[in-house]
Amino acid sequence: MSTLFQELLKYIGAIYPEVIVVTVGLTVLIFDFFVDKERKAFLGWYSLAGIIIAAVATYKLMGTSGVFFGGAFLLDPFSTFFKFAFYAACGLGILVSINYLKIEDIHRGEYYALMLFATTGMMLMASAGDLITLYLGLELMALSIYILAGFMRSDNRSNEAAIKYLVLGAFSSGIMLYGMSLLYGLSGTTNLMGILAFLRGADLANPVLFLAMVMLVVSFGFKVGAVPFHMWVPDVYEGAPTSVTAFMSAGPKVAGFAVLLRVFLYALAPLHGQSTVIFSILAVLTMALGNIMALSQTNIKRMLAYSSIAHAGYALVGLASGGPDGAASVMLYVFIYAFMNMGAFGVVIMLRKAGARGEEITDYAGLGKTNKMAAFLMLIFMFSLTGIPPTAGFIGKFYIFKSAVEANLIWLAVAGVIFSSISAYFYLRVIMVMYMHDPKGEFKLATAPSLALALAISVAAVLYIGVLPADLLNFAKASIAGIM
Amino acid sequence: MINKAIFIYFAAVILLSAVLVITRKNPIHSVLFMLLLFFHIAGVFVVLNAEFLAAVQLIVYAGAILILYLFVVMLLNVETESKASRANRYWPWAAGFGLLVAAEIALLVARGTFPLDTAQPMRLGASGVKELGIVLYTRYLVPFEIASIILLVGLVGAVMLAKKRSSE
Amino acid sequence: MIPEFIYTIIVILLKIAVVVGVTMLHVAYATYFERKVIGHMQVRLGPMRVGPHGLLQPIADGIKLFFKEDIIPAEADKTVFKIAPIVPVFAALSALAVIPFFEGFVIADINIGLLFILAMSSLGAYGIVMAGWSSNSKYSFLGGLRSSAQVISYEVAIGLSLVGVMILSGSLNLTEIVKAQQQFRHGMFLFPQFVAYFVFMVAAFAETNRAPFDLPEAESELVAGYFAEYSGMRFALFFAAEYIGMIIMSSIAVLCFWGGWTLPPALLDAAPALAVVPGIVWFLLKVYIHIFLFYWVRASLPRYRYDRLMSLGWKVLIPLALANIVVTSLVKFFL
Repeated sequence: MSTLFQELLKYIGAIYPEVIVVTVGLTVLIFDFFVDKERKAFLGWYSLAGIIIAAVATYKLMGTSGVFFGGAFLLDPFSTFFKFAFYAACGLGILVSINYLKIEDIHRGEYYALMLFATTGMMLMASAGDLITLYLGLELMALSIYILAGFMRSDNRSNEAAIKYLVLGAFSSGIMLYGMSLLYGLSGTTNLMGILAFLRGADLANPVLFLAMVMLVVSFGFKVGAVPFHMWVPDVYEGAPTSVTAFMSAGPKVAGFAVLLRVFLYALAPLHGQSTVIFSILAVLTMALGNIMALSQTNIKRMLAYSSIAHAGYALVGLASGGPDGAASVMLYVFIYAFMNMGAFGVVIMLRKAGARGEEITDYAGLGKTNKMAAFLMLIFMFSLTGIPPTAGFIGKFYIFKSAVEANLIWLAVAGVIFSSISAYFYLRVIMVMYMHDPKGEFKLATAPSLALALAISVAAVLYIGVLPADLLNFAKASIAGIM
Repeated sequence: MINKAIFIYFAAVILLSAVLVITRKNPIHSVLFMLLLFFHIAGVFVVLNAEFLAAVQLIVYAGAILILYLFVVMLLNVETESKASRANRYWPWAAGFGLLVAAEIALLVARGTFPLDTAQPMRLGASGVKELGIVLYTRYLVPFEIASIILLVGLVGAVMLAKKRSSE
Repeated sequence: MIPEFIYTIIVILLKIAVVVGVTMLHVAYATYFERKVIGHMQVRLGPMRVGPHGLLQPIADGIKLFFKEDIIPAEADKTVFKIAPIVPVFAALSALAVIPFFEGFVIADINIGLLFILAMSSLGAYGIVMAGWSSNSKYSFLGGLRSSAQVISYEVAIGLSLVGVMILSGSLNLTEIVKAQQQFRHGMFLFPQFVAYFVFMVAAFAETNRAPFDLPEAESELVAGYFAEYSGMRFALFFAAEYIGMIIMSSIAVLCFWGGWTLPPALLDAAPALAVVPGIVWFLLKVYIHIFLFYWVRASLPRYRYDRLMSLGWKVLIPLALANIVVTSLVKFFL
């Protein structure tokens, strides 16, 4: 018994960043009782401190790697890379929320707790070495975000977002479980390593295997918002509180890709010949629909929703390419995407003030004259989303398309470039409205130190990665080396 | 042989009651067929020597979750619910597409092979309670703890979304 | 040559017949016992007319109920209405299968006996809910709603209170639990688990819808609650289910806390002659004591208010049971 105990204690040493995040989340729920309504920002800063401590913990664990809890939990450079992305998404998400929640009058402690729990779920998804851990991590993340999406209880759009997301999310989880149970029925194990070992000696033409794979593609495709499983994205992104949308577009999407990489390029790697076809088709559809639908949007949150669909399409190109280079390009891309999207939503949040929603693109008219700084930040983020150098967005797309070309998927790379150039139209339109149109009247932005900090970090990251991408690229490549 | 016959009985009733759950117009009847369904799923667990799971299936699903469903459904106006049309004008599309997917799945599964003997009963000593406990607290400790956090999130969410607030 | 398994099946069927027969007889005389006990507590005689001291009263009642007209309300959901009374009786009788009445006598000696009983008692609640809803009467409906909420809440308390026993005995098998109690000089979990016993008994009153928690039937408010619309044999089935439930709850209390059919080793050392008496006698005696407790409480305490009932369950019993689990496991781990 005592050896078992010591074994467990050793394992705790590998999982303690997750433990820290959960503990901070739980204490937020407790502190919430003692903090009065005007001082809820304290909980935000407290959660942020927790995230930073967890990030330090993960940083300290960077050298070690191993398999824990009989394969249920993996500590490897791959998961570490993604965990940093989640810390960034959660940290920035908290920073953009603090002031916004006050304006929307939904400043409650549960918000931060749910964000931390969602982050824990994402971290576990990245570290999962077993389909059970993976699924439960995903549900933890998803359930927290369903609730966050409906956080504005008195707002119909927010309710609609939560219910739509919940119902469709539950449906896709069902499909995922079917796929997983088929995989389990075939291989007799839920362990990813065991599945890989099984597939190496299995008959890959088995139709049941194909069915299991398709079901997993469908359900993960839903989670990252790939066409044709994207129906929920625009309504949920528009309806959810903007700070939640920002977090949702950065965190879960990155986590979804972490899982896609781990499952399809590692556990199901022998099936890559089949999955690459599916991912190529999904990528083209996703890029096409996301970019084309974004053209006609007048609401900026909806436009960014379609843009996030399109970006999932770019990342899927990297997934279709496969191999270490393809995987590294996806990791680089989603990491960059998290920052630039967070920044863009940060600017959107600034326009939300009591009495003015500031979600229409026409609301940005003349921002370049009335508020030069905000307009300039938006300009950088829009450039980055389009993929114009010297911003990070360019670097991300460059490596994605490069990996596609190297994997002999030249048509996919060409399609990607074409759709990126279409996307320039709607991103640059925002810039045009800001700088070319006359201001409609006096407009004061809702600025706050926390928001300014979030934007500063985002813009710094976007420009830094854009100019000096080598560090991050090498980090991504080194992280992927461990599992492929 | 007897085991197989018993399994076929349970499987047949499970399928039948699952179909009845979604086809009954009266929601109360649907819930009661679901109870029948859960009961027979517990039966399948017993056939597989998973006694503990069978008991938990009944205690948790039938005894706690489903009875709360029944509780909520009873508060509905069953008459209007029964009369309301279940299908909108797209139903032929949905039915056609659903049948197509079902046929595909059936075809793929029928042509596929399952290398393992799929009907292996649990090879656990006694009732498996002890073994299950040890596995849950060692190998599956992480999933086990995540499940508890998921439940907490569900609780927090339900209270937060449903609680009355004087300020709003 | 009879094959082995046919022989086994015949033995099992015989055991079932004996257990069901004896239990039904107990149910009949439990009603008589109840009326007598309450009668004497209220300084009156109780039934006296049929047979000496009214001893044949339960039989007369049975004949009356059996031949009474079976009325089904016109607006009732007929199928559900007809099935409803069968469910609780079925659940209660099934639970009897795992109860060891004395050394070696149990119909199904399964390893999860305790969980099986909990599962069956949770199924019993469906009968009440179905009856309440299908009768299409507001009194029945309110009774059904009250009952489902009450039973779910108190099931948690029952389950948690028994966890302490499970920890101490290390088993879910009722025979093992009884044997585990012999390791103590006092031979009963009642002493180390007195908190659990208290929680269990209070919750058992609620689980069986007995006074002071008989809100689902509450004559003064809901006429007769969920079975207000029932008559004749179907009514009798509900009644039987309630009494079987009471017997089962008493049996669990005896098996888990009072050492089942065994006597405390300390007592046996003091009076070795007691070992001659068969175990079933001690078991039944202990069960009768508990059934008497049910009547005693009914005669003494007024009915609880519904919100008080809920807050008692969730805010007192469940925390108590949880604390008991923590303390028990700590003690077990360190001693």
